Amino acid sequence: MIHAYQLVVLVPYAAALILVAFPGYRVGAIGNVLASAVTFGAGLWLMVGDGQVGEYVIVDEFNIVFIAINTLVGFTTALFSASYIGHEIETGRLSPLYVRFYHAMFQAMMGSMNVALVANNIGVMWVGLELATLITVVMVGLYRTPQAIEAAWKYFILASVGISLAFFGTILIYLAGQPALGEGAPAMTWSLLQAAAAQMDPGILDLAFIFLLIGYGTKVGLAPLHAWLPDAHAEGPTPISAVLSGLLLNVALYALLRFKMLVAGQPQALDPGPIMIVMGLVSLIFAAFMLYQRRDIKRFFAYSSIEHMGLIVFAFGMGGPLANFAGLLHMAMHSLTKSGIFFAVGHIAQAKGTQRFAEITGLSVTHPRLAVAFALAVLAIAGLPPFGVFTSEFLILTTTFAREPWLALLPAFGLLVGFGALLMRLQGTIFGEPVGPAHRVDASSVPMVLHLLLVFAAGIFLPPALVAWFQRAAELLG
Amino acid sequence: MNQAYEISHLLAGAMLVTSFALLYQERIAAVLNAFAAQSITLALAVAWAAWSDHRPDLFITALIALTLKGIIIPLALRRTVERLGIHREVEKVVGVGVALLVGLALTGLAQALVVKVASGTPSHAREALALALAIVLLGFLMMIVRRNAVTQIVGFMSMENGLILAATGARGMPLVVEVSVAFSVLIALFVFAVFVFRIRERFDTIDIEALDRMRGDRR
Repeated sequence: MIHAYQLVVLVPYAAALILVAFPGYRVGAIGNVLASAVTFGAGLWLMVGDGQVGEYVIVDEFNIVFIAINTLVGFTTALFSASYIGHEIETGRLSPLYVRFYHAMFQAMMGSMNVALVANNIGVMWVGLELATLITVVMVGLYRTPQAIEAAWKYFILASVGISLAFFGTILIYLAGQPALGEGAPAMTWSLLQAAAAQMDPGILDLAFIFLLIGYGTKVGLAPLHAWLPDAHAEGPTPISAVLSGLLLNVALYALLRFKMLVAGQPQALDPGPIMIVMGLVSLIFAAFMLYQRRDIKRFFAYSSIEHMGLIVFAFGMGGPLANFAGLLHMAMHSLTKSGIFFAVGHIAQAKGTQRFAEITGLSVTHPRLAVAFALAVLAIAGLPPFGVFTSEFLILTTTFAREPWLALLPAFGLLVGFGALLMRLQGTIFGEPVGPAHRVDASSVPMVLHLLLVFAAGIFLPPALVAWFQRAAELLG
Repeated sequence: MNQAYEISHLLAGAMLVTSFALLYQERIAAVLNAFAAQSITLALAVAWAAWSDHRPDLFITALIALTLKGIIIPLALRRTVERLGIHREVEKVVGVGVALLVGLALTGLAQALVVKVASGTPSHAREALALALAIVLLGFLMMIVRRNAVTQIVGFMSMENGLILAATGARGMPLVVEVSVAFSVLIALFVFAVFVFRIRERFDTIDIEALDRMRGDRR
């Protein structure tokens, strides 16, 4: 009997091996889409199946939410990249050989992220995240321009340091769990550790959480550990920017939240809440101000991702069923909207042949349909109704107002500052005199429209089954 | 039993000394020698743990540390430095004196922190952890105060030596071997980045300062 959680991991890895063997980028692109579709199917199957807690595997309501988003966005990004990557070959930015490896690495990256998501062993979780990080480093440097290599090097150094610190935190968790659970694998199994959290040494747990917060926080892109994120987003291929923002940041956050649940089980250990609130707010407000100085469109939306990850970490830091619910919802909405925006940005970059704001003007004249889609996506991420991002931001702010009225002013302020920057840039790109070239766009707009529709639907009506699901996940988070 | 801990502490202490030695070298060749010495000491420490704790799988980790980090990578990096003809001097952000003082403070911090925090654990495990944490922090310091691709790699690898030491010090921790292999992949990629991407070919230097000028925003 094969299980859905096995498929979620094995299909991408098998696909990676097969894709590496196939020359011809068109076949590779189709294979990439097919494999992602099967993985998405397995992710859906996971949602209807029962939970599972084994020695190495855990499937509960909490991580199914993440796996569902992961496989869905993986699938739509594969669709987008299939139509996008042909253009990169035509313009000579990539050679067919590179595209072949690109497809294989895409699948390997999806598989590694899913390993990190289903792992019940904190060591295996770490290995999954490390592999996913390494693969994205190579992908960011794919164009081999000086800028791309610089971005990849910076990402490499910062991510490796982050991941090393997270590993030290993992060792400390093992040491804390050892007296209660004995030597060997049990003291690294997350579900057993959580059950025994009350007997763990609070001092070691504190130290471990600090290391894990800094380590995985680097990967989440929390300020002041965010320096790699804008460069990595700006210089890599656009589908990879979509996956970085929409998925990899979430997976790192997932790891952090698992450890937060662990630490919360020991009342004498430090309270992770206030630290996460402060880090979230710093990222949110800092990134909102940084938005004004960006001249590169992908860099701009990378800072917007830092802003939203800050808001999500803030929500989880507040804790409690309602704030956790809002945080999970916002994470899902941000993933869908931001990857949709990067698809639109990919279109724009192909249409104008540049990523600089100064050279992207008057889209409504030259590419009216693209302009409408891009405007809707930007308004959605800015948090305007009726899109789903509005719902989740509204929930985060109202729960904070109900509990800590003064504290709620800060995220509201940060969001307003970010809102201004988004509107300013939107106006510049959509209206005004068109300058520069206006190429035809070959990339498929289906993924972009699909994401927008999903975010729109979530803003109008959240199915009760989905709400119940998110509520159960929020309760698990405590 | 006590003797076993004394020997492992001796080896860990020797690693800490080489961490300090890494900080005050003036030439890149000397940095690589000090790093090779640290990796060989790590291999001895891991092998000792494998023998005294009866965990034969750890011998693999020791072997990786000895061959890859003790011999192959230092030699490969030395050849790169010679072939590229880059500055043989270590470029410093802060002077040797300041770096050593900060290093001393970090070591003290590691000791104080671990002794205070982990008061419940047995003393031998606590001391091993404190030494490993100090080595990790010193590697981190080296990455910050030495601005050159080769010395940054060495700083990272020395940090990683501390991590492997901590993992072997945690008795019975599974996956140590797997993780040391995963780390080796990471390091191989680091060296690969310097070699194959030939950062110098594009920048005429492997000084990280020059890379900073390539930020997309400043185009």
